[in-house]
Amino acid sequence: MRRLFAHPLAWPLAALALLLLANGLFNPGFLALQVRDGHLYGNLIDIANRAAPLALVSMGMTLVIAVRGLDISVGAVLAIAATVAAWTITHLEAGGSAHGLLPLFAAIGAALGIAALCGLWNGLLVARAGMQPIVATLILMVAGRGLAQLISDGQILTIYYAPYAFIGRGFLLGLPFALFVVAFVFVALKLLLDRTALGLFVRAIGDNPAAARLAGVRAGAIMPALYLFCGLSAGMAGLLVSSNVASADANNAGQLLELDAILAVSLGGTALTGGRFSLAGTLIGALIIQTLSTTIYSTGLPPQVNLVAKALLVVVVLLLQAPRFRQQMLSLLRPRPRSPA
Amino acid sequence: MSGVVLHAQGLCKRFGTTVALDRVDLVLRAGEIHALMGQNGAGKSTLIKLLTGVETPDAGRIMLDGRAIAPATPVEAQRAGISTVYQEVNLCPNLSVAENLCAGRYPRQRWSGLIDHARVQDDARRLLAELHLQIDVAKALGSYPVAIQQMVAIARAMGVSARVLILDEPTSSLDQHEVGELFTLMRRLRQRGVAILFVTHFLDQVYAVSDRITVLRNGAPAGEFSTAELSQAGLVTAMVGREVTSAVAREPHDVVPGDAPFVVEARGLGRRRALFPVDLGIRAGEVLGLGGLLGSGRTELARLLFGLDRADSGEVRIAGEAVDLRQPADAVAQGLALCPEDRKTEGIAGGLSVRENIALALQASRGWWHALPRSRQQALAREFIAVLGIKVTDIETPVGKLSGGNQQKVLLARWLATAPRLLMLDEPTRGIDIAARQEIMAEILRLARQGMAVLFISAELEELTHLCGRIAVLRDRRKVGELPAGSDSRQVLDMIAGATS
Repeated sequence: MRRLFAHPLAWPLAALALLLLANGLFNPGFLALQVRDGHLYGNLIDIANRAAPLALVSMGMTLVIAVRGLDISVGAVLAIAATVAAWTITHLEAGGSAHGLLPLFAAIGAALGIAALCGLWNGLLVARAGMQPIVATLILMVAGRGLAQLISDGQILTIYYAPYAFIGRGFLLGLPFALFVVAFVFVALKLLLDRTALGLFVRAIGDNPAAARLAGVRAGAIMPALYLFCGLSAGMAGLLVSSNVASADANNAGQLLELDAILAVSLGGTALTGGRFSLAGTLIGALIIQTLSTTIYSTGLPPQVNLVAKALLVVVVLLLQAPRFRQQMLSLLRPRPRSPA
Repeated sequence: MSGVVLHAQGLCKRFGTTVALDRVDLVLRAGEIHALMGQNGAGKSTLIKLLTGVETPDAGRIMLDGRAIAPATPVEAQRAGISTVYQEVNLCPNLSVAENLCAGRYPRQRWSGLIDHARVQDDARRLLAELHLQIDVAKALGSYPVAIQQMVAIARAMGVSARVLILDEPTSSLDQHEVGELFTLMRRLRQRGVAILFVTHFLDQVYAVSDRITVLRNGAPAGEFSTAELSQAGLVTAMVGREVTSAVAREPHDVVPGDAPFVVEARGLGRRRALFPVDLGIRAGEVLGLGGLLGSGRTELARLLFGLDRADSGEVRIAGEAVDLRQPADAVAQGLALCPEDRKTEGIAGGLSVRENIALALQASRGWWHALPRSRQQALAREFIAVLGIKVTDIETPVGKLSGGNQQKVLLARWLATAPRLLMLDEPTRGIDIAARQEIMAEILRLARQGMAVLFISAELEELTHLCGRIAVLRDRRKVGELPAGSDSRQVLDMIAGATS
């Protein structure tokens, strides 16, 4: 039992299970799944689907935090990507070239390209110019939304182009397509980190940047790449979000997303001090956050309760992860050892 | 000699299944300097932690002035009269000397309750004057050299009227002159009746300053001796548990012919405010010594050779060709290796396993795409654990949990795994026990005999003369000369001190 709880994923998983169980108890239909029109429906699917954008961004954030970094511009980058995608589609349609799938791929390419550039910009500021991550990414957090509004002319851009809806609302093999995006990114990242030496380098840089540099690890190349990926993940999230609501709101899309992402990362057991990270933990963290929101909406509580509940959850889970608190709790459970004297 | 101040009896402490301390006694008398000796892992740190309330003993008791005390925190120990100064000064470098000295017990203005800054400075000056220290108390602590900071830390410890002062490896980062000043201060405190527990790895320092010696071995007491009656050989035997037969030393046939080509050569290599241009060449199979005081430019030269700092004059030539070293990765690609002076901050990645730390440099030189298979990493780790005698049972143990000597060996293993042309070692034996030190020095000689070029940096003259062929000497950021193989420590000292011969 103690060995089980020593596993780093044990506490986040327990928290998620507890939340779902409580829901199942108070709302018997909550955990039910049903097949309609060949698609799987139910609250569990809904939670996973809604958590997808956050899960993507959080995975990018995990890697950045693993090297002692931070990216608070992800919300703004999401907005930029969403706006660029919508703008591309609208302009291609206006130009009369909305044939077949060209606008779809053009929108995806443009959005992801811009998002990757944003990430690279952050990475170069941090790794090459030596700026503090929080300050470096603050620039784009503030300027990014402005940029997005300049592109959209301050309007909410509505997307009428049907193929684009597949990204955020489509189904594949009975499951929402967004889940496949998350799964693909997760597996690709896992392979990249574990099968190449990237995982070792990331942990070495996070554990001791000076030592990693001295051992010949090229942190100057690796760190910008990680920030670039973080931007890219925000871009993917932007595609999911804008496709899901068939519009791009430069002002509100991805609002406070950076905080939820940091929260998901820390709920998953990644050390904010760098070096120790868990992508699987991050996914669980994102699910916990979404489950909480869904719970509050489904119980009919006013949505404002969501923020307070989130805060409470954070306190509990983070306390459980704090070594000193855990030791105190465990020593309460254990019978006091008799002194050998 | 006056009476006993502190008497620890039968202290026991275990961590998990390992017994760190087993029925250890310690007697400190007023007005004595008492050395605590032992190899890494002998239990010195644990004993100090028990005395200072960082850990609580499983059994045994601590008597201070005849009364049993059981400090549960460092603050309680300090109130009881036991103060500690650690190797790394843990004061606040951004505060002034005076603020550091009075932190936690600032004198207040009676009418306002605000801190009385004038009195803070007066108190600080008085405290320092008692120890015959004359420095500007208004300046930031961080603006002073480590030696002064350490003395401020001692003054602070004395300010809370300590009966017992524990100095945990205070001399590790001091040069010889500063060590002398510290000893003067320690003797002054001894006269005032303070009992000083002095922890160090340096045998000569023990004999220079201490009255009595307690030796620990594998967590158990190995005897208490009067310094005057214990020979150095006897002390080493007590620490190691067996007769140390012969010291590692270079043999005459280890001298490399002077006309062999240089493997690595610095030509006019320098950097503003760090090192005046230096010429230096290292041959295959040679252990080249680099001597000089702390701050003489030894470390700076190694950093320039390794691309850790950018040189702004001169060039580095490897196998006769000029190379551009922009970052350590470039140097590693050229077959250079550097074990840095500061093992903790620049050497090991403490949270990573022994296996990962050993594989890191080799992996870095192969690039991120060509991952070393895990089986290969494990084989590497096991091989070097055996070759270097690293004491660890599980190669997945985080390196941060190993003792200093074993950490240093892991670092050495990391570079040996890359089979470097030139191995640079900056103070590789600092803070390491005698047995591990001998093993590391023997390994260096073995590597040189196999044809590796070694640059050995050390402040310890004995080490330099025992191990090295030629010795280059730096003073005030300049290379002042080279001594041929077979020079003795007197000659090295003379050149370091700038005597004209």
